[in-house]
Amino acid sequence: TGRMPNSKDGDDKPRLLLMGQKRSGKSSISSVVFHKLPPSETLYIETTTRIKKDSMHSFMDFQIWDFPGQVDFANAANLFDVDSIFNEIGALIWVIDAQDDYFDAIARLNATILNLQTTYPNINVEVFVHKVDGLSEDYKSDLFRDIIQRVQDDLSDNGYENAPVSFYQTSIYDHSIFEAFSKVIQKLIPQLPTLEALLNSLCANCRIQKAYLFDVLSKIYIATDTSPTDMASYEICSDYIDVIVDISEIYGWDRPEEEDSGGESGNQDAESLIRLEKKGNNYLYLREINKYLALICLMSEDSPAEKKALIDYNVGVFQEAMKQVFPR
Amino acid sequence: MSTLNSSKRQKQRKVLLMGKSGAGKSSMRSIVFSNYVAKDVRRLGATIDVEHSNIKFMGNLMLNLWDCGGQDGFMENYLHHQREHVFGSVAVLIFVFDIESREFQADVINYANIVSALEECSPGAKIFCLIHKMDLVQTKLRQPLFEERAEYIRAASESFRDSVDFFPTSIWDQTLYKAWTQIIYFLIPNASTIETLLQQLAEVIDARELILYERTTCLMVTHVTRGIEAQNPFTDRFERISSILKTHKQSIAKHTGIPAGSANFAEMQIKTGRFMFFITRLTENTNLAASIPPSEQGFNAARINILLARQKFAELDIATKARPGIQEV
Ligand SMILES: Nc1nc2c(ncn2[C@@H]2O[C@H](COP(=O)(O)OP(=O)(O)OP(=O)(O)O)[C@@H](O)[C@H]2O)c(=O)[nH]1
Ligand SMILES: Nc1nc2c(ncn2[C@@H]2O[C@H](COP(=O)(O)OP(=O)(O)O)[C@@H](O)[C@H]2O)c(=O)[nH]1
Ligand SMILES: [Mg+2]
Repeated sequence: TGRMPNSKDGDDKPRLLLMGQKRSGKSSISSVVFHKLPPSETLYIETTTRIKKDSMHSFMDFQIWDFPGQVDFANAANLFDVDSIFNEIGALIWVIDAQDDYFDAIARLNATILNLQTTYPNINVEVFVHKVDGLSEDYKSDLFRDIIQRVQDDLSDNGYENAPVSFYQTSIYDHSIFEAFSKVIQKLIPQLPTLEALLNSLCANCRIQKAYLFDVLSKIYIATDTSPTDMASYEICSDYIDVIVDISEIYGWDRPEEEDSGGESGNQDAESLIRLEKKGNNYLYLREINKYLALICLMSEDSPAEKKALIDYNVGVFQEAMKQVFPR
Repeated sequence: MSTLNSSKRQKQRKVLLMGKSGAGKSSMRSIVFSNYVAKDVRRLGATIDVEHSNIKFMGNLMLNLWDCGGQDGFMENYLHHQREHVFGSVAVLIFVFDIESREFQADVINYANIVSALEECSPGAKIFCLIHKMDLVQTKLRQPLFEERAEYIRAASESFRDSVDFFPTSIWDQTLYKAWTQIIYFLIPNASTIETLLQQLAEVIDARELILYERTTCLMVTHVTRGIEAQNPFTDRFERISSILKTHKQSIAKHTGIPAGSANFAEMQIKTGRFMFFITRLTENTNLAASIPPSEQGFNAARINILLARQKFAELDIATKARPGIQEV
């Protein structure tokens, strides 16, 4: 099943914990990524006073816990049941506001890491250096390096070398927050190597440049082939999903006439193709894989119209294999 | 051939874009006509005097847009020294009100001055008032506030009182497209001819819906909706589609390195168990979006029929150009 490794009991879904200073952007992140809130509307979000639990129901289930910024959970054992918070954890996401002083944020992050180190050494700590929109490129990369340096120095001063901490630059105003979440979630998917191998072979067989497996609702990609990824390819695929989802919503409404037709004349799984103008032959191809996932491919060479049969066949094989990996 | 060439004059339509400085005129223009995205407009400086742009629309319609800088000094100038020059032979006045303005009364007085200049120089013009930056108002307060403002402005519209149209707009959502679609529709000279042709095409290919839109701006020219599709609950779908396609153009431009003005897809198709949809080029300046029932056969036939219909739509443009008798300036 698509259950995560450290979730022993069936009903405990793995958790992504969002922590960090007040106003660092945690609630905004969770609203934009999991509730499709337009980024500009996060201005109206009020400060969080209690843990807010959201669950995401998709190819696998998990929960997102949004914490109030002002309370220190790892150190507040007397107030909170620390075990019940960190037990089923998938990842701890620590949000640092890049447009604000970050010394306190780093100090608290390190205290938390050191605190958890003994009891939960396997927790992935994911640091989002957030709100990097509006910062100049130079300033942004200096700041990013500075934060990484400080965290690592401080941890090793405390005798914790090579801590499992990863860093990302994020903003809710562009694709970076989705990219970062994709990478965080990929670490929690035990089947990732299988998925990558399947995508690699699909790419080789159909001469596909880049293939992504997307969770359609969240636009998080759960796997891609192992060729180098770049932000630009992710962006165009993610934007493409928006187009398909929006148009499908508009024209996929429940028409009273079609109650019993069962869609037998059309495709069972949605499929789409875009041919871009000029610039050689550029194609974008999308195929629904199951209720939650869609395959998106970037192709450049020969016209897929001609090798459509080949693609259909290989995607069919891929889809069958996927059923083994994610039965739902 | 010579008759065709000599009569290539386009139908020019003068459109004034006015309103207080900072109201959002240039932002709007840049997004609709120059492929800016909403967050780019922070880069725009104040408009000095008048910025002219000519926008070719539907082959035979040339929009002559006057973006008039709204600072007080310029306003004085338009109303006095340049009165006839600015307000003469205007087809449409678009007046933008900033919902956030602290001097609404003063804005309306300014508007009234402009209305009387228009009444004097172009009495046949049409006025559209856009109540802009509505995103800054809480959702539930938007409608009542909009109506209240619109009524107040209508009362100051003199002889345009019964014909002036109001739209709530924001560059952050599709309301911008809704307003501009209405404006363009008003300006298109041969809309009904186009609609007749489109209706015929829709019957031939058994389309549920056809949407004809201009390629650069993604603004809808017109649409045909048949049968059950008239009950489609998404009544704002036309401006939503404009907005979706416009955003997607940006995305393609970024990916291919082609400037956003010319970036486009040559074709798009979506096939599902509930509908089939495709977009393809129809004429030099227009694309056609078609939603049809889900059938592979129907899909292929529809594409071929649209290919065959292209010629007719192209001729439609030329025919209008070739008859100098019906051209106005
Ligand atoms: N510029 C920019 N602002 C952001 C970004 N993400 C969030 N913000 C803004 O940051 C402010 C605080 O966001 P919240 O999400 O409420 O912060 P929080 O971390 O949940 O705060 P507490 O609940 O008090 O702990 C809001 O005004 C957001 O609009 C971003 O990526 N860029
Ligand atoms: N919130 C909001 N701001 C807007 C909107 N449209 C424009 N603005 C902002 O208003 C300011 C002035 O816009 P500009 O187009 O230069 O005004 P102009 O002087 O009328 O041409 C800019 O900072 C824009 O970002 C809108 O719909 N909503
Ligand atoms: Mg919060």
